[in-house]
Amino acid sequence: MDSRIDRRFESLRASRRGGLVTFITACDPDIETSFKLLSGMAQAGADLIELGMPFSDPMADGPSIQAANLRALAAGATLSKTLDLVRRFREGDNETPIVLMGYFNPIHTYGVDRFLRDAKGVGVDGLIIVDLPPEEDRELCLPALASGMRFIRLATPTTDDARLPTVLANTNGFLYFVAITGITGTRSASEEVVASAVTRLRRHTALPIAVGFGVKTPENASMVVRFADAAVVGSAIVDRIAAGIDAEGQVAPTMVDDVLGFVRQLADAVRATPRQAA
Amino acid sequence: MTSMTETVPLVNSYRSGPDEDGHFGQYGGRYVAETLMPLILDVEKAYERVRGDPRFHAELKHYLAHYVGRPSPLYFAERLTEHLGGARLYFKRDELNHTGAHKINNCVGQILLARMMGKTRIIAETGAGQHGVATATVCALFNLPCIVYMGETDIQRQQPNVFRMKLLGAEVRPVTSGSGTLKDAMNEALRDWVANVDSTYYLIGTVAGPHPYPMMVRDFQSVIGREVRTQMMEAEGRPPDSLVACIGGGSNAMGLFYPFLDDPDVTMHAVEAAGHGLDSDKHPASLNGGRPGVLHGNKTYLLQDADGQIVEAHSISAGLDYPGIGPEHSWLFDTGRVRYVSITDAEALDAFQLCARLEGIIPALEPSHALAHVMRIAGDLPGDHLMVMNMCGRGDKDIFTVANALGVQI
Repeated sequence: MDSRIDRRFESLRASRRGGLVTFITACDPDIETSFKLLSGMAQAGADLIELGMPFSDPMADGPSIQAANLRALAAGATLSKTLDLVRRFREGDNETPIVLMGYFNPIHTYGVDRFLRDAKGVGVDGLIIVDLPPEEDRELCLPALASGMRFIRLATPTTDDARLPTVLANTNGFLYFVAITGITGTRSASEEVVASAVTRLRRHTALPIAVGFGVKTPENASMVVRFADAAVVGSAIVDRIAAGIDAEGQVAPTMVDDVLGFVRQLADAVRATPRQAA
Repeated sequence: MTSMTETVPLVNSYRSGPDEDGHFGQYGGRYVAETLMPLILDVEKAYERVRGDPRFHAELKHYLAHYVGRPSPLYFAERLTEHLGGARLYFKRDELNHTGAHKINNCVGQILLARMMGKTRIIAETGAGQHGVATATVCALFNLPCIVYMGETDIQRQQPNVFRMKLLGAEVRPVTSGSGTLKDAMNEALRDWVANVDSTYYLIGTVAGPHPYPMMVRDFQSVIGREVRTQMMEAEGRPPDSLVACIGGGSNAMGLFYPFLDDPDVTMHAVEAAGHGLDSDKHPASLNGGRPGVLHGNKTYLLQDADGQIVEAHSISAGLDYPGIGPEHSWLFDTGRVRYVSITDAEALDAFQLCARLEGIIPALEPSHALAHVMRIAGDLPGDHLMVMNMCGRGDKDIFTVANALGVQI
């Protein structure tokens, strides 16, 4: 089935550059500001957008994204409102792929079939569900793949050659390599780890490879796309959202521009980086 | 339905779970981040190896006998029996274990496993502090560094246990995220584990979390029920008629119930805390007040809102203050094998005081919930009914909380 994700990685390959994937949490810090951030991301140079589905207990996330989840929930975020943000985004952008990232429980509550129908309906292209490993594929992965939704898997430094085939068995879209063992936004990814991991992963899969967790600066992102097909930046963007909110929860008028300016810097660095011969 | 019927083995057992993927019916499983998957598979493999290894069991038995003090007595509670005027009430005295609760049974088993796996750093989460104390204890015994995650709210109300853990050489890391209770401590322990997979063993304290933890903790706690069977045969010449235990995550209840699940004549009552009452929004009763969902590595009944966000639990007892429950309990709840009831803060406080005055035993607030249910049902049962309640913890840690609830200045 045709997918915005596949088309985007094909066009990146054709233009011989790596891509920038940006992450924000839906409805953070409030629904309207989140919509402005989301709709400005592609203009600022994001090639693919990961949109976090707020959850009360984000176990794989560090302090920055935990706080973003709580801000979003305090602003009244629900899964329906996250889907509605995507629907509004699609009114102005029918090209930039959107991947929802989060934890399974809100989807389980919403109902898997209803969720897949509604998510496809508003223009979601893929899913990354942190707490659904291949061992639980029957829950969501298999129905998602059957519906034409891309189901993106995380590979980590602990995913060895013996386990990789399991991780790659039911997946498509791209492979997301987690460059550190740890939670989001803590350590920095090292060039050595990224280079050797991408080389190893390419022996197992022809899928595009994105690298995230520990990619914080334009320099990090540039380093990543020398080897991988895309760099994912999350916590560093979310930190700039947090920096634009004062102690009373007031959003600074310059916050959206600051965040999008940072995305622009990331995109410029990624676009200026020549690809290693694959 | 032809020749099949003759060859199908008897599957009518409540003791066959989990299946090879860790499921009890639709519950359980392994809902964790990929970083943890290889590690969880390692724990499972290591546990499968020791499960059938007589040397491991001999070592475990040695520490349970000479360090923990097992078997714990099965005590006929004569004055309470007389007071309630019905069933013959026995207490399984797991509060007499070293460290004052049943938690140590599991900690001894898991620390032996962690050592065998070559792990050099132990992490744990704790609510009431009993599991933290038990973990810190076995880490001191085996000279392993121990980090205990504990919610800030729980640290405030369980000061004696916090000090105990520190005396035992553990580092207690306060958790301020979320409600600062057990669920948040578990989130933080999982985050630590993801970041330190090579060196670290996560010593989970209850029958919850990803497979194989619910099965493994149940197995280590089943010593409780096995002893009860032997002891009751000695005392009364027959097995008990009913079993009563409190449940937060549900480890002491699984340990008591599991060996009896296939005894059809044994009735089982598991007592959830009801906090301020099930009709309030301040309770931790995930079975009687929640619905199935996924959290902390397993599918089970959870307290959650209409959007699937986890709701804060409330109980006067920090050990029961968790919005989920072990997956095997969820399955036993659905199948109806175990009766799941609930008891409020106020009822538990009454039972706490009655037990102290009539039996000279100050129970922890957790088994005070079980006792409150005993008080509700024992009087209507015949005089030859044999009831066993798991006295799973002693109440010294709770005297400040109770004094506060009773308006007494210490």
